[in-house]
Amino acid sequence: MTAHRAIDWTQQAQRVADNIRRRVFEHVMKNNGGYLSQACSSAEIFAALYTRIMRLGPSEAPLIPPPFAGVPGPHNPHYISGGAYNGPRAPQYDRFIFSPAHYALVLYAALIEVGRLGESALDHFNQDGSTVEMIGAEHSPGVETTTGSLAQAISQAGGIALGRRLKGEPGRVWVLMTDGEFQEGQTWEALAALSFYRLDNVGIYVDVNGQQCDGLMASVMNVEPLCARLETFGARAFEVDGHDLEALAAPAELAPDGRPLVVLARTDPTRGIPLLQERAPELHYLRFKSAEERDRYQAAFEALVKEG
Amino acid sequence: MEIVIRPHVENFIKWAADKPEVVVLSADLTNSCEVGKWRDTYPERFFSMGMAEQNMMGFAAGLAREGFEPWVHTFAVFIYRRPYDQLAMSIAYPNLPVRLVGFLPGITTPGGVTHQAIEDIAIMRATPNMTILETGDATEVETVLDAAHAVRDPVYIRMLRGEVPRLFSRDEPMALNRARVLSQGEDVTIFTAGITTEEAMRATAALKTRGVSITHLHISTHKPFTDPAIAEAIAAARHGVVTLENHTVIGGLGSAVAEIIAEQGLAKKLVRLGLRDTYAHGASRHYLMKAYGLDASALVRAVEQLIGQPTGVTESDLAEVRIQPVHSAAKAEAL
Repeated sequence: MTAHRAIDWTQQAQRVADNIRRRVFEHVMKNNGGYLSQACSSAEIFAALYTRIMRLGPSEAPLIPPPFAGVPGPHNPHYISGGAYNGPRAPQYDRFIFSPAHYALVLYAALIEVGRLGESALDHFNQDGSTVEMIGAEHSPGVETTTGSLAQAISQAGGIALGRRLKGEPGRVWVLMTDGEFQEGQTWEALAALSFYRLDNVGIYVDVNGQQCDGLMASVMNVEPLCARLETFGARAFEVDGHDLEALAAPAELAPDGRPLVVLARTDPTRGIPLLQERAPELHYLRFKSAEERDRYQAAFEALVKEG
Repeated sequence: MEIVIRPHVENFIKWAADKPEVVVLSADLTNSCEVGKWRDTYPERFFSMGMAEQNMMGFAAGLAREGFEPWVHTFAVFIYRRPYDQLAMSIAYPNLPVRLVGFLPGITTPGGVTHQAIEDIAIMRATPNMTILETGDATEVETVLDAAHAVRDPVYIRMLRGEVPRLFSRDEPMALNRARVLSQGEDVTIFTAGITTEEAMRATAALKTRGVSITHLHISTHKPFTDPAIAEAIAAARHGVVTLENHTVIGGLGSAVAEIIAEQGLAKKLVRLGLRDTYAHGASRHYLMKAYGLDASALVRAVEQLIGQPTGVTESDLAEVRIQPVHSAAKAEAL
């Protein structure tokens, strides 16, 4: 029976992941460029988080996000936190802290696939006056903290986790990060603190796609061996195939043991869209060099839709 | 003049007793920021973050999001220089009630250029959502806690430690966005904040004996800077205005006063005393205040410049002035 149920969730989650890729591809074409490889690498991570790993209540935000209502704070009654899309803040529920803000389109697509955001919300994507921004902030759907300056999410998540522990809340704090953020000193400061305070209510999923803005991470600034480094810092680190849904979900099932959990999801930044391979290692942002190239991507997109 | 030894130590412990939401974060400067005894009194509310200020800002932000009121204690320089991006994006943008208590402001430390926060007010003034308070005496060290606690947004505090003079009566706590009017006159208006207020009190007392009448306002809120008493005092100055600050003359108190003069069309001459677009170096406070023109003597020279004649006030006149705690002159007018 357990095995049967496991098949059920992975089938559904794989559908979510495939649809995330397709939808992101569609909007990258509509926008004449964008962050596409990030959807290829992280689609299964988002699918596993939203369908299996995170315990979230129903969304508290409108399916179609209202326009930008100003910056957050106690003086702005019209403000809606993007975190409301992940459900209520209640002791028993988990929280999702989203670090790589340039993955916003992937997050929006994931929210649509799990019914937390309306399909037409993406009509507002990257439009002036909208919260459905290309690089989100904490008003953007699904985004609880402002983290576009990379490596700031893990520390904020640490403070949230510490606060929740002080209040005796059982809910966990899930963080999505990328491997590039392990070049920032702040990430290691935060890991030291998570480990020092034994914040095992924090679970970090890392999209290890080996890519960054300037190209291959190994050529820009190496951070490997990441798993060994993390273990040395006191983390409970696992390396999994980032496209294997069961492998992604398994570490989250383990009983916490005092160490912060880090799941290194090894991923392929061209997964599902092999045409991207010809651009490797420059995959960070897809900007078409010619009309001919754009047409080839359009054809690849249409082929993917037919396949689905 | 009463000198109070380490006023923050016991006062902060007493103040936090009935505020369980108050937590303290420290980056390896716990005793240097006078919270060692606080840590021992409330160990479950004290978090040592090590020498890692960027991460400390994020943890403070997360705790604030969970309903706690984090009081970050470290040296002023380590609040706004190294972790500025974290301060801006993790704390100031979300407008979280984090209290950033910065010790050793300006040249109050012999620690030299690495330890001297000389452009903090400029940077914090330019940071949206930030309230900026500065303590000038023991009464303000004691009462800045309530002033900051009442603000729902992030607050940066320039804090004094160690031997702190009591300049203001104990029954006149720091009030947000309210200048203290310490003397009233017609010739020149002087604005000071923090440690420069005591210097100015020396200067104004000596100047009075020479027939120069001075309005002196002590500023403890740098932002917001909208107390109408400020513009009124500027407008009333016959010869002009002097600002004296423990900070670079760019972006701090002098600039804030200049903005009011310009925006309200007050057309007064302004002399800004402070660090003249320079870093300082490691030496005693007394030496640095003299060397960089932050003392009573520099203030007297600035007043002479504005009134266009010598006052005859000498160094020994200034040294002889005895400072007593004062009641704010503003109280009488019930501002």
